[in-house]
Amino acid sequence: MPDIILKYQAEIWQSIGETFVMVGLSIAFALLVGLPVGTLLYLCRKGQLLENRSIYSGLNIFVNIVRSFPFLLLVVFLIPFTRFIVGTAIGTMAATVPLSIVAIAYYSRLVEQALLEIPRGIIESAVSMGASVLEIIFKFLFVEARSSLVLGLTTSTISFISYSTVMGIVGGGGVGDFAIRYGYQRFETELMIYIIVMMIIFVQAIQFTGTTIAKKLDKK
Amino acid sequence: MVISLQNISKSYQQHQSILQAVHSVSLNIDKGEIHGVIGASGAGKSTLLRLMNVLETPDQGTIVVNNQTLTTLPNRKLREARRSIGMIFQHFNLVSNKTVFDNVAVPLELTGYSKKAKVDRVNECLKFVGLEHKAEQYPAQLSGGQKQRVAIARALANRPAVLLCDEPTSALDPQTTAGILDVLKTVNQEFGVTIVIVSHEMDVVRSICDKVTVMDGGKILETVSIETEPYMIPDNDPKWFLEQLTEKERNSNA
Ligand SMILES: Nc1ncnc2c1ncn2[C@@H]1O[C@H](COP(=O)(O)OP(=O)(O)OP(=O)(O)O)[C@@H](O)[C@H]1O
Ligand SMILES: [Mg+2]
Repeated sequence: MPDIILKYQAEIWQSIGETFVMVGLSIAFALLVGLPVGTLLYLCRKGQLLENRSIYSGLNIFVNIVRSFPFLLLVVFLIPFTRFIVGTAIGTMAATVPLSIVAIAYYSRLVEQALLEIPRGIIESAVSMGASVLEIIFKFLFVEARSSLVLGLTTSTISFISYSTVMGIVGGGGVGDFAIRYGYQRFETELMIYIIVMMIIFVQAIQFTGTTIAKKLDKK
Repeated sequence: MVISLQNISKSYQQHQSILQAVHSVSLNIDKGEIHGVIGASGAGKSTLLRLMNVLETPDQGTIVVNNQTLTTLPNRKLREARRSIGMIFQHFNLVSNKTVFDNVAVPLELTGYSKKAKVDRVNECLKFVGLEHKAEQYPAQLSGGQKQRVAIARALANRPAVLLCDEPTSALDPQTTAGILDVLKTVNQEFGVTIVIVSHEMDVVRSICDKVTVMDGGKILETVSIETEPYMIPDNDPKWFLEQLTEKERNSNA
């Protein structure tokens, strides 16, 4: 183990922990909120089962606005909201608020796209069997789209990691912030490179895991 | 009478104009009948079939199936009613990420079968279509004819009174078509299931139907009773293909 890493061992572990909290909560919100929102986007589209123009437009505009914001501006813009939700605008927990909102918007769009790939005929056969909308979602849509849903979550996770690296501006910490503060600002170039290499390996591992699971799930 | 359409119309908004896909059609289909619907592309055959289980909501008219007026049923009741109306499609529409077994099990799960009863019924249906040995395979591993057999097993799982078929053999070669038609005939004779079959293939309709409705431009031209003629089952011999090809040529040369 290089000396420089041993020297900053405690700080490195802490920053990894912070990244895990920020990215982990983003993934949780992507699944708990983004997945239902994306499904609703899909179902409320023109010609789909729950066709509803106002719900579709509302969700669609939310997703577009969040996704078109430059991320740092979104973080700043959301400060009052963040303060309202977690009581403070500074720290790792505060940083998860804008991250989670981006996560919801980002993943819901990928969910909508994954569901749009399902052949219409499958849904028709489900309706002809007398399935309810919930049954169609769980027994048909999510089953048929499961490998795209996993791939989408993999892509999203990697984006969340990338977004989380700039959360230093609200004291969110994390690996990216550590690399900037210690590696860049204190001229510990070696340390910075180690951190970058670590992140590359980490992202590769996530992509590999996601692709492998998706492949396993895909029987088409 | 197991299916009765009274004065049914269905139109679609297409760009600026309105397209009348089915135009005040009335049609009665008796219990135990195999009823064909034939006509040119765009005649409204599929739309008519999809109206029979209200996959398409009619603009006007009444649809009665199994003594239930589907057009006035509340949503929940309509879903229940659909369980006794099976449907199969040209492109099979199986869930590709479910095994053959699980595909056939879905309608039973929707009806709330117990685990044990479900397993028994799925195996029974797969045996009927001759695919019990494929239970653990996925649709992608099956031929077109096998996929359609799975779709038939799935449609029969809930013991429907009616089976609606939209071009069930149009994606299949002649040999496989003959096999599927045999299965459908058996379904009709053994279980007394009323079958409505939409097709544009004259041979198919002629070989299996008791009555045929001819459609044109969204209207019924006529419904006639026919004598069934056996579907010409070609053997698998490549020579047969050659013979057919050269015979055609000879005829056109003559
Ligand atoms: N969902 C829809 N939206 C708009 N128009 C439709 C829709 N479904 C059918 N149509 C139109 O209604 C007419 C009848 O269609 P239908 O599918 O019933 O014809 P078909 O007789 O089954 O033809 P084919 O042999 O090509 O399957 C066609 O002109 C078609 O374009
Ligand atoms: Mg058709």
